[in-house]
Amino acid sequence: MKEIASWALDTATMRGASFADARVIRQRSRALTTKNGKVGSASDAESEGMNVRALVDGAWGFAASEDLSRRGVEATAARAVEIARASAQVKQENVRLAPEKSVIADWTTPYVIDPFSISIEHNIDLLLKIDAELRAVAGVTLAETNLNFNREEQWFASSEGSEIHQTKYSTGAGYAAHAFVGNEIQKRSYPNSYGGQWQNKGYELVEELKLVENARRIAEEAVALHNADQCPEGVFDLILDSSQLGLQIHESIGHPIELDRVLGMEANFAGASFLTLDKLRKLQYGSEMVNVVADARQEHGPGLGTFAFDDEGVPAQCTPIITNGLFTGYLSSRETAHTIGADRSGGTLRAEGWNRLPMIRMTNISLLPGKAPLSLEQLIASTDRGILMQTNRSWSIDDKRYNFQFGCEIGWEIKNGKRVRIVKNPSYSGITTEFWNALDAICSRQEWTLWGTPNCGKGQPQQVMGTGHGAAPSRFRGVKVGSAYKGS
Amino acid sequence: MVTRDRAAEIFNRIKNLSTADEIEVLFSGGRSALTRFANNVIHQNVEEENHVVSLRSVFGGRTARAFTNKFDDESLRRVVASSESLAKVQHPDPDLLSLPTSQEADRERPEVDVKNPGAKFPSRHFAETAAITPQMRAEGVKTIVRVAQKHQLTTAGIFSNSESVEGIFNSRGLSKWHTQTLAEVSITMLAGDSSGWQKANSPDVTDISPQLLAQVAAQKALHSARPAELPPGKYTVILEPAAVLDIVGSMFWDFSGMAILDQRSFLTGRIGSKLFGDNITIWDDVSHPLQTGSPFDGEGMRRHRIPLVENGAVRRVVYARATAERMKRSEQKGNAGPIEPTGHGFPLPNEMGEMPINIVFAAPQNPQSVEQMIASTERGVLVTRLWYVRDVDPYEKIVTGMTRDGTFLLEDGRVGKGIRNFRFNQSLIHALSNVEAMSTPVRSTGEEAFDMVVPAMKIVDFNFTEVTKF
Repeated sequence: MKEIASWALDTATMRGASFADARVIRQRSRALTTKNGKVGSASDAESEGMNVRALVDGAWGFAASEDLSRRGVEATAARAVEIARASAQVKQENVRLAPEKSVIADWTTPYVIDPFSISIEHNIDLLLKIDAELRAVAGVTLAETNLNFNREEQWFASSEGSEIHQTKYSTGAGYAAHAFVGNEIQKRSYPNSYGGQWQNKGYELVEELKLVENARRIAEEAVALHNADQCPEGVFDLILDSSQLGLQIHESIGHPIELDRVLGMEANFAGASFLTLDKLRKLQYGSEMVNVVADARQEHGPGLGTFAFDDEGVPAQCTPIITNGLFTGYLSSRETAHTIGADRSGGTLRAEGWNRLPMIRMTNISLLPGKAPLSLEQLIASTDRGILMQTNRSWSIDDKRYNFQFGCEIGWEIKNGKRVRIVKNPSYSGITTEFWNALDAICSRQEWTLWGTPNCGKGQPQQVMGTGHGAAPSRFRGVKVGSAYKGS
Repeated sequence: MVTRDRAAEIFNRIKNLSTADEIEVLFSGGRSALTRFANNVIHQNVEEENHVVSLRSVFGGRTARAFTNKFDDESLRRVVASSESLAKVQHPDPDLLSLPTSQEADRERPEVDVKNPGAKFPSRHFAETAAITPQMRAEGVKTIVRVAQKHQLTTAGIFSNSESVEGIFNSRGLSKWHTQTLAEVSITMLAGDSSGWQKANSPDVTDISPQLLAQVAAQKALHSARPAELPPGKYTVILEPAAVLDIVGSMFWDFSGMAILDQRSFLTGRIGSKLFGDNITIWDDVSHPLQTGSPFDGEGMRRHRIPLVENGAVRRVVYARATAERMKRSEQKGNAGPIEPTGHGFPLPNEMGEMPINIVFAAPQNPQSVEQMIASTERGVLVTRLWYVRDVDPYEKIVTGMTRDGTFLLEDGRVGKGIRNFRFNQSLIHALSNVEAMSTPVRSTGEEAFDMVVPAMKIVDFNFTEVTKF
């Protein structure tokens, strides 16, 4: 594979590239699902290819191909150079890359059990066992389960001398119970919606999740929602569970801090950001309790945004994003670092696969846990009038990331420190900075979970990327609740 | 590019390696290129070539699929081994059907197919689109940037082109092949506090005028400058075709026999009912001249032209072969509309079954242009496009989302000032019951749903619940 990269780099530089990098990637994935007692889908996939990114006359070109023959690789590299020359016809300034030391390295996701070593029979038996638990509850009309395993091996080389071999594993597992009665569909998911929990781990994640043990409870909650009252509309103190808070972080902190969005590069598709450059180290993003980091290092945990090097060879880093409520950092790349006065990339450039251009992506964007010991039950006990919401059901936010609305699968009304009733169809909405400034309590480390979001879309052509979000249940004062159902 | 002959040769090699009772091989892929611009410069410029073969093996009621993008003997041996080992450990599925023959796949189905007189499946491959070079795309971007600079705006967007293939071969002799090209231009024009947007695509690049799209997007950005804030509430809205596409997109997942069986569709118990206004008639029609896509589904079945909604009544949903057989044995068969395979199945095995993906809204009896709709509106809101549209309630079909890139107040029959973007929470059932006027449907493309042939719509009592900061 090193040879393939060197063919690409030699061709690109010989044809005039001032800088080039090449990535040769081999991906493998397995997806298993069940639905109502039967296997829904079972598939294995392999994909292999390479790409070249070339800087010529101060502009970028990128070409990718499945063809790994010497002739094919050289043609792809030549194409990247040709494309870069076309890009240079419509430019104003030359691309400036922040300096980065070249590195030779080899790294693999730490894992205990290779997920591909577990037999398919074992996996299907597990899913069908969960399915049986879900459907044992009267009123469940649809039970769905899933297991997903991924392995990506990448050889990266640059014209500056870097050679990095990196192998990443990720695992996902989860399920959902649906209940249809009359004019209403209710749903509960475990451990999270949209495929459950995902981390850069081996099969040990599946064993840690206690999937079977929670299935009966989840199914009973789905059915119980039909007899629950509608979530009231009004202003309440809001407690979010850690998985919903993870998505709230993703949408209202993770996306607006992407420097390419801030600089207008996503304006046509994913949108821009309210977080203009003048706000750095000036904006009070949240209350003083809010500390958020972008941390791609293994010591942060096995998030979907954990790696040793990003896809332009920059080592994983921890960037303080919000420090005691103050906005302190963006997600950056070698090309964009100079726009915020940084002398080095924040190391966040990643691509979906061999046929996609690396771009700024969230790593693990995490809200740090509260320092004082605080459990979820203690947080509830200290709340006079509130709603606790759990597990995302719908999410939407404007294209500059100000106004958001989230719906959750289940809620509990809290009065005088106690959960008094389940409420169905809970939703809340707000403006990003007002919301984060209303945070007044964060549970401590024992309630903190590093969630995986496997389906973050961005870029043209669109790329889907996994990101990580650590969070502990937290309380927000005076939040607008229930307007999703108002007058619709 | 993989040709049909090359695909047939790969299929034969797989067949020789296979030990399964039956096999089915799908081909997809091609060449695609995309030039992306922002801040009036090209900042990303990419091209790729990739082809994927996927093999489904069947052993007596058990099936599974494996994918690879390598066609050498070793890779094909591996994909055969993966597919077979996955299939062999499945539990037998009594609902799994034998693969279709060509005769079954192409059979006329007068019971489902509503003829479109004179319709012939159009060619969707245009050499001129396939031959677009990076230099030609750069010229197109220059044209767009010139329009932006003329108005002191900045622009962001894409100019892309692709040439793709889709094919299916099975061990019962079925073989089908489709080639297609597509060119696409999407433009956002940005001013200090406003923006405008336009997007178009077509198999034939000569259908697209970057200059014209840029001018319309620029006018929207200029006219929506210094946006005013209006209170949320119920408004008469005029949704341009792209906004109609954005908001109706998610409901078509529910026009599926499998969604009815699963009781996850808002049409469960409602097929045959009048859900929408008299003026709403919707077809699925792959052969429509403004549509794209292949004339066969994931099993190679011919896609039939299906009336989904007629004069507001939900007439039928689409069915894959196996879904139709299951529905015929189901307790829900009496409430599931006509039950026959319609040629809309996804590749097996899958959990979703099928869906209509070539949506065509019928032209209204008295089409009105957007200008005519505006002229008849005393007070309302003109919407260019929508963003981040998501289901809030799956059975009442309440969806939420934001307006984006050109939202205007309409006053006294004229387009007034730009306004800050709204969040809506709106039942689609109510919205499509409140359509006061429609334009002639056009091919439309956006970011929230697949491409469709849709009209602009004037809708009364549209529910805006919040307003954002810009």
